[in-house]
Amino acid sequence: MRPAHAPRYPRDDVRLLIGPESARGQPRHARVSALTDALVPGDLVVLNDASTLPGSLEAHLVGDEPSSLELRLTGPPEGGRVRAVLFGPGDWRLDTDERPAPPTLSVGDVLQLADGAPAHVVAIDDVHPRLLELDLGPRAWRRIYRWGRPVQYRHLDEPLAMWAVQTLFAGPPWAAEMPSAGRPLSWRVLAALRQRGIAIATLTHAAGLSATGDRALDAALPLPERYRIPASTVEAIASARRSQGRVVAVGTTVVRALEDAHLIHGRLVAGEGRATLRIGPQHQLAVVDGLLTGMHAPGESHFELLEAFVPPAAAAALHEHAAHEGYLAHEFGDLALIWADPHWVEARRDSNESRPRSRCSSRRARSPWGGNDFAPGPTSHP
Amino acid sequence: MELKGRGILITGASRGLGRALALAMGRRGARLALVARREEPLTELVDALRRDGVEAHVLVGDVGDKEAIEPLVGEARALVGPIDVLINNASTLGPTPLRPLLDTECEELTRVLEVNLVGPFRLTKAVGGSMAVRGEGIVVNISSDAAVEAYPTWGSYGVAKAALDHLTRIWAAEVEGVRFWSIDPGEMDTAMHAAALPDADPATLRRPEAVAEAIVARLVDARRTSGSRFDALDGVRAEVA
Repeated sequence: MRPAHAPRYPRDDVRLLIGPESARGQPRHARVSALTDALVPGDLVVLNDASTLPGSLEAHLVGDEPSSLELRLTGPPEGGRVRAVLFGPGDWRLDTDERPAPPTLSVGDVLQLADGAPAHVVAIDDVHPRLLELDLGPRAWRRIYRWGRPVQYRHLDEPLAMWAVQTLFAGPPWAAEMPSAGRPLSWRVLAALRQRGIAIATLTHAAGLSATGDRALDAALPLPERYRIPASTVEAIASARRSQGRVVAVGTTVVRALEDAHLIHGRLVAGEGRATLRIGPQHQLAVVDGLLTGMHAPGESHFELLEAFVPPAAAAALHEHAAHEGYLAHEFGDLALIWADPHWVEARRDSNESRPRSRCSSRRARSPWGGNDFAPGPTSHP
Repeated sequence: MELKGRGILITGASRGLGRALALAMGRRGARLALVARREEPLTELVDALRRDGVEAHVLVGDVGDKEAIEPLVGEARALVGPIDVLINNASTLGPTPLRPLLDTECEELTRVLEVNLVGPFRLTKAVGGSMAVRGEGIVVNISSDAAVEAYPTWGSYGVAKAALDHLTRIWAAEVEGVRFWSIDPGEMDTAMHAAALPDADPATLRRPEAVAEAIVARLVDARRTSGSRFDALDGVRAEVA
């Protein structure tokens, strides 16, 4: 499937493949500008309101060639400290897996950023030596916004500007890369949804990096990602449920946040956490009924998540159909609306009965980060 | 809107009305993201605010520069949280002494429009979507009598302010849940006024502090309809001015 080569304007002028609402149904072709027609009054759309950081920072080791390395933040700084993936020489025109490997760093090493000031390496993740924790000091946000640029993609014709990688409703600066499923939602579309009695709620999820060019590191993606669910969103979901409305997640990040939060407490609770749950064909959806998402191919990390909604064969068939019809992939590509197959979702319980559901992340045991910010609460395995 | 703890973005904050608004809102416990082109006077203001226990942050940038907008808003949100109030105050007169339209270069007009109209438009876009989805927020566009009266030599500035007033109305018509106001501060004793009208008698001019207090009172009671245009001191007792 071809990628979209540039951000499209108007933002809602992209195709929408509407997946079947039952196992025997057929996909329909539509446009995001008419999203309202695919939903009914009482449905709820949940957005990820994270704004995209200018998370690509030029760096070099003191004494080396300036800008010989690149840091890509994996999330926002906290207390001046930030995690990042280190990239070797080259720029966005080179495929990430074609770039030479960066030097292996140690705790205590000092990188210099474009502002001439230091970034101290304070930790190296045992998942991978390219995954660093850096101390950017008290002016961390200023340094990132003054010297960072958005992460760039080789398949694009031109470098991306900050305004091209923001959703209309972007707020908290948490996303390392744009939560791209939300980009096509224009004001026309959002206003039309409201007009039709389709509710809109938000949560914030620190959408992370999509690729690092290193197979071992890519296999570890997505990394634990911070999220925050407001009480008003928990209430909006409960309200939709009461009126038989469907909960539609705009983007895989929204699925990750809602399903992770539900799993921890056995019910959806407002608050902050870190999503570590790996969602795939073994996961039984508890909150989300539908997913609005970009075109993901089998083998990509996001594709596995689709298999919680529909059987793998159905997900693959939908992708095949989209590719055949010339849908565009990647962050400025077309969207699909995938409804969870209730029989498939129900059957996830049966497939899990014989083994306990775990948080499935041995990464947490090894990583210096991760862990959960919720107070310990009851967990239940249905 | 109770201002305590709210995120406020003010442009043109280093002097005049912008500075007075920062001080007035700081006194009410708002969290301030202050924008100006020059770092030194802005840093002086932020230092003074911080000494008084106010949370305030320096954001150096030119609102007439398209590239500056997203980084400014992004950093502002990172530092003060969601932007609940945007004050589009930064303005340029264009070249002074002010001059008739026949003597105004087209580039001078477009520069004034970039700063006084398109800058506020871009900033409103950057924060307005989030405000609209949250269902709350106030955008204040600082207006001028020059937007209404046809004063000779005030062509570029007047046109930009008139257009800004109309933006306020259309934003209000399109975006429910967010309040958009055009506020005319009147003639104030500021450096900008002195640049435009060097012979004016300061005794006849309003104090920016009084105008700022009145605007803050409007933000707090939030009674004005979205899309309305009003004088900052409208309804305020004479002795306060």
